[in-house]
Amino acid sequence: MAWELKTDRPIYAQLIEQLELRICSGIYPPGARMPSVRDLAQEASVNPNTMQRALASLEEDGLLYSHRTSGRFVTKDVEMIRKTRNKLAQEQVHEFLKKMGELGFEYSEILSIITDLAEELIK
Amino acid sequence: MNNLLECRNLSKYFGPVRALDNISLSIGRGRIVGLLGPNASGKSTFMKICNDLLTPTKGEIRIAGFSPGVESKKIVSYLPERNYLNDWMKVSDIIAFFHDFYTDFNKDKAYDMLKKLNIHAGDRLKTMSKGTKEKVQLILVMSRDAQLYLLDEPIGGVDPAARDYILDTIIGNYNENATVIISTHLISDIEKVLDDIIFLKEGQILLHKTVDEIREETGKSVDSLFREVFKC
Repeated sequence: MAWELKTDRPIYAQLIEQLELRICSGIYPPGARMPSVRDLAQEASVNPNTMQRALASLEEDGLLYSHRTSGRFVTKDVEMIRKTRNKLAQEQVHEFLKKMGELGFEYSEILSIITDLAEELIK
Repeated sequence: MNNLLECRNLSKYFGPVRALDNISLSIGRGRIVGLLGPNASGKSTFMKICNDLLTPTKGEIRIAGFSPGVESKKIVSYLPERNYLNDWMKVSDIIAFFHDFYTDFNKDKAYDMLKKLNIHAGDRLKTMSKGTKEKVQLILVMSRDAQLYLLDEPIGGVDPAARDYILDTIIGNYNENATVIISTHLISDIEKVLDDIIFLKEGQILLHKTVDEIREETGKSVDSLFREVFKC
């Protein structure tokens, strides 16, 4: 998964989102050890202090925890990861609904478009 | 004084021209700082003063407590805006020369970077393209374990792939005790790597903020803000 960073928003906030995404999608599974700040910063081509700040924020939220000597780990609390995953999904859907609203679609139309496309995909 | 670099009311006049006009600045350790401004805004003058190549007209500057001079040069690694290496020398000669000269020079690091950028240590500088020479200079500068790196336009002349490698090297080289100050016009390439931004305009500091402060307050990238502030 490539790190996607937009130019008009704070990098720190975007790193938090991208890290959450990687935790929810299992790239960093529950209980796994996170790569070092330096490696993550290099991977995302960002400033190490900014990456450190994003990781610290996720730690504060409980999604990560750190061991004094052995580094930083993903929480083992699967329920918490599930909640984060739901939160990310809701954000995506909100964004989607807003754009569809701007295009003038009614709720029922949106639902039928989604159903049709999903059926096509399953085939 | 805990800051790595501190200057107070620093000015440099060239006759009637005020290249630097009453600059006061503190920069801590463990930062990557972008020194940005249009042509003739004072960026190179500032770096030259830090390296004792110019003496200030007024004010003072301290690097880790030292005035620019022999002691400060031991901990400052400087990439000047121009090529100063002897053309007839081989890369391996220059590396040996730097190794003799600077106690903090790490030979292995230099050879490692040469290999990554596909530069042969046995080649003479005069056989190299402008971009390759610039890469060699940057390798020399980044191979020192210095406390302050002053990079004057480090990525201007090199191709985008080498640019990525150089930025990667700067990130990989990061340590909490060292600070890197980079002057460049290629802001969009570099802003993700920076902590702090300093905008210089006609020798004065127009703004000194973190990248994320700028993005948060203006909803713009540093590059867009620059284009707006310095619109011709």
